[in-house]
Amino acid sequence: MAKTFQRPQALFDQPTHYCPGCTHGVIHRLVAETIDELGIRGRTVGIAPVGCAVLAYNYIDCDFQEAAHGRAPAMATGIKRVRPDLMVFTYQGDGDLASIGMGEIIHAANRGEKFTTIFVNNAIYGMTGGQMAPTTMPNQRTSTSPFGRKTEEAGMPIRVAELLSALVTPAYVTRQTVIRPKYIQKAKKAILKAFTYQMEKRCFSLVELVSTCPTNWGMTPPEAIQWAEDVLLPYYPLGDVKTPDADVKEAPCKTK
Amino acid sequence: MPKVLMKGNEAIAEAAIRAGCLNYFAYPITPQSEVAEYLCWRLPEVNGVFLQGESEVAVAYMIFGAAGAGVRVFTTSSSPGISLMSEGISYLCGAELPAVFVNIMRGGPGLGGILPSQADYLQATKGIGHGDCRLLVMAPASVQEAAEMVMQAFPLAEKYRNPVMILGDGLIGQMMEPVEFPDHLRSEPSNKDGWASSGMDHRKSKTRNLVRSLFLDPEQLNRHNMDLRAKYERMKAEEVQYENFNTEGDYQALIVSYGTMSRVCKTAVNMLKEQGIEVGLIRPRTLFPFPEAAIGEAAAKVSCRAVLSVEMSMGQMVEDVERSVRGARPVQWYGKCGGEVPTPEEIIEVVKTTLASDLSRR
Repeated sequence: MAKTFQRPQALFDQPTHYCPGCTHGVIHRLVAETIDELGIRGRTVGIAPVGCAVLAYNYIDCDFQEAAHGRAPAMATGIKRVRPDLMVFTYQGDGDLASIGMGEIIHAANRGEKFTTIFVNNAIYGMTGGQMAPTTMPNQRTSTSPFGRKTEEAGMPIRVAELLSALVTPAYVTRQTVIRPKYIQKAKKAILKAFTYQMEKRCFSLVELVSTCPTNWGMTPPEAIQWAEDVLLPYYPLGDVKTPDADVKEAPCKTK
Repeated sequence: MPKVLMKGNEAIAEAAIRAGCLNYFAYPITPQSEVAEYLCWRLPEVNGVFLQGESEVAVAYMIFGAAGAGVRVFTTSSSPGISLMSEGISYLCGAELPAVFVNIMRGGPGLGGILPSQADYLQATKGIGHGDCRLLVMAPASVQEAAEMVMQAFPLAEKYRNPVMILGDGLIGQMMEPVEFPDHLRSEPSNKDGWASSGMDHRKSKTRNLVRSLFLDPEQLNRHNMDLRAKYERMKAEEVQYENFNTEGDYQALIVSYGTMSRVCKTAVNMLKEQGIEVGLIRPRTLFPFPEAAIGEAAAKVSCRAVLSVEMSMGQMVEDVERSVRGARPVQWYGKCGGEVPTPEEIIEVVKTTLASDLSRR
């Protein structure tokens, strides 16, 4: 009998370092499946962020560069400009992308750099131990907002997908989640679409994935899923925010 | 190619292309913006990549990404911009990537000024970024030498898999001089298959490459740092470059000076000779590694009573000169760091004062 479900070739068979209930594992798998399906493993370069996913290269089997905090889009720009034949993706968390790396992501997106960003938004800093992020919800408790995020001090959480969709150049900006099986297939389609657009040399694409962090949220995995659904999803609505047919198809940036 | 008259910044730009480097990322800053203004039209002519980044911070990582993909790549900036790039330079050292950084120095600290300076000496030679990282630092004294050093820098960066810095004062970038370019070099690091994230399909081995600087295991990180240290020690053994001037005969004082400042000092040495005062000069062409042995030997000459470090900084090179002289002679400093270049007359005066002072009477 033929195997209908197996480990993607682009995913290493090894124990995870991620916490129980964390969604990085699922997202890694979706990226690996996409790489397999497009047959691009031998010409793909991933960029690992600073954050929990810094060791993404221990799970996803392709060339990798490891970024400084927030700088992944600049590195992806460097790679893609000098080697347009490579497939390049950044994998970034919300502290990395929406705080320290906000300048880099906006400008890479606006130049229409032809790479794909997988943006994992779990509304908190994970690896450093649960500090407040730009995406942390109002009144959400974190180790640097122990009485809850005060919006009068920290402002409202940043909606990255909407923010980037205000730019004319990016091709594809979408927000998905993998917190329940019913969402995962849609997320997979979005990631596949984003990579496909890159193959078609369309402009920048970003898939935001609303995620869980039970450890730093101080919840059990089921509680975390429920909280993400009840609190995060109403503020971070799912769906495509920008699709390529609407505006500019081709970036003005050069391909060799 | 015949000699052409070029501005230093433009010669640096053209030299990079002739060194086979067709990839340039940069952010505008005075006094080196002419490099970008030249390459923005020149690189497309040779099918190269030119990109003006959103900040020096981002540019340093564009350099990282491109270097990590296995191509020759460089950037140019000036003092405050280099400060912003220093984070990325540390990452390049940590990940062992070759790239060339040109710093056309202006006055500091802070915004400082836009006129020539040599006030980034310590930053370039000792404090370029966090962690145990070092750059090979070359200091040109003419437009011709700037072009030649740029062309040497790429193979050196690849030999050591480490960034190389060309440290020029603002005058090197701004002045026009005749320049002749050596022949073209090959355009890709020859050793890249072992380390570059250039896509598995493009390598014989078909195994993947990771470009990284994170080593969570303390023993592994220590080993990594020991390997880096061995590279820096090898640079010290193999890459020292300097020029001797008027050091064959006896001299009463020795001047150590580099870049544009050394040219003024040479004029002063010639003028002093006419007045019957012999002064030797050593011009470091590499600042890291520093020509310690040569300076130590020159200072130890019996006739030499004092050593002068003349620089457009507040004495940043003095400690290196003292280290080289090893206490055998008193080491004095003279310099200016507001953007004016000290004149030969000023240097003559300082030499005479030093020789007349108690310090140098033994």
